[in-house]
Amino acid sequence: MTEVLFWFMALFTIASALMVVLNNQLLYSAIALLFTLFGIAGLYIYLWADFIAGVQLLVYIGGINVLIIFGIMLTNRIASVRLSQTNLQQGVGGVFAFWVFLLISLVISKTPWYQLPAVEPSGTVREVGTLLMTKYLLPFEAASILLLGALIGAAILSREAN
Amino acid sequence: MDQLNNYLFIAAALFSIGLFGVMTRRNGIAVLMGVELILNAANINFVAFSHFGGMNLDGHIFALIVIVLAAAEAAVALAIVINIYNNLNTINVDEASRMKE
Repeated sequence: MTEVLFWFMALFTIASALMVVLNNQLLYSAIALLFTLFGIAGLYIYLWADFIAGVQLLVYIGGINVLIIFGIMLTNRIASVRLSQTNLQQGVGGVFAFWVFLLISLVISKTPWYQLPAVEPSGTVREVGTLLMTKYLLPFEAASILLLGALIGAAILSREAN
Repeated sequence: MDQLNNYLFIAAALFSIGLFGVMTRRNGIAVLMGVELILNAANINFVAFSHFGGMNLDGHIFALIVIVLAAAEAAVALAIVINIYNNLNTINVDEASRMKE
């Protein structure tokens, strides 16, 4: 049962990712991106990463995707977006992207990955928090400064120029 | 579902789809969506290697930092896109090729 659900979730994720890049209506692309992110959160749960799955739901779906939808609504005349969204290189781009996929797949299937067995933890939040405050304190602070800079930069960029 | 390769294949597919979107889309926001797909593919790899490497949580920290970077990138990119729209009245990335008016 879980096996079937896993493959359903994988197909669901990839199908909606295809919708994101192929749909002509930009708003539909954004909604498809929402479903893709949701499927990826499901994959995280299969990988026992409960905290990352929660952050994915909160930050990606609740934050970034809403931001993208805002951006679409601010920059598009919603009623008249039936123009072509792709450029002339769609064929070449498709061939190239498929070639990249085949190349990565070849590497994946030929490499003997080093793996260790693990037991399922009761939850990862405590361990992730401990790591963030001890071993990875400097990257954590750097990320905070980056977020502050992005906040100020976005506010200055989107201000009315006068 | 208990195979590392399955997750790596899913991530590879998402990466290629995102790459296709970045290369072929004209709309700036659609390009941004392709970038988000690529970042998510990298995140799946981080978390999958963490899971199959004996539940070593370093990969989770990397994934968290990537999510933070994606949030900052989306905020700044959308501010730039809205600015381009105000100046040129289009967000077609082929036409927004001038640094200065």
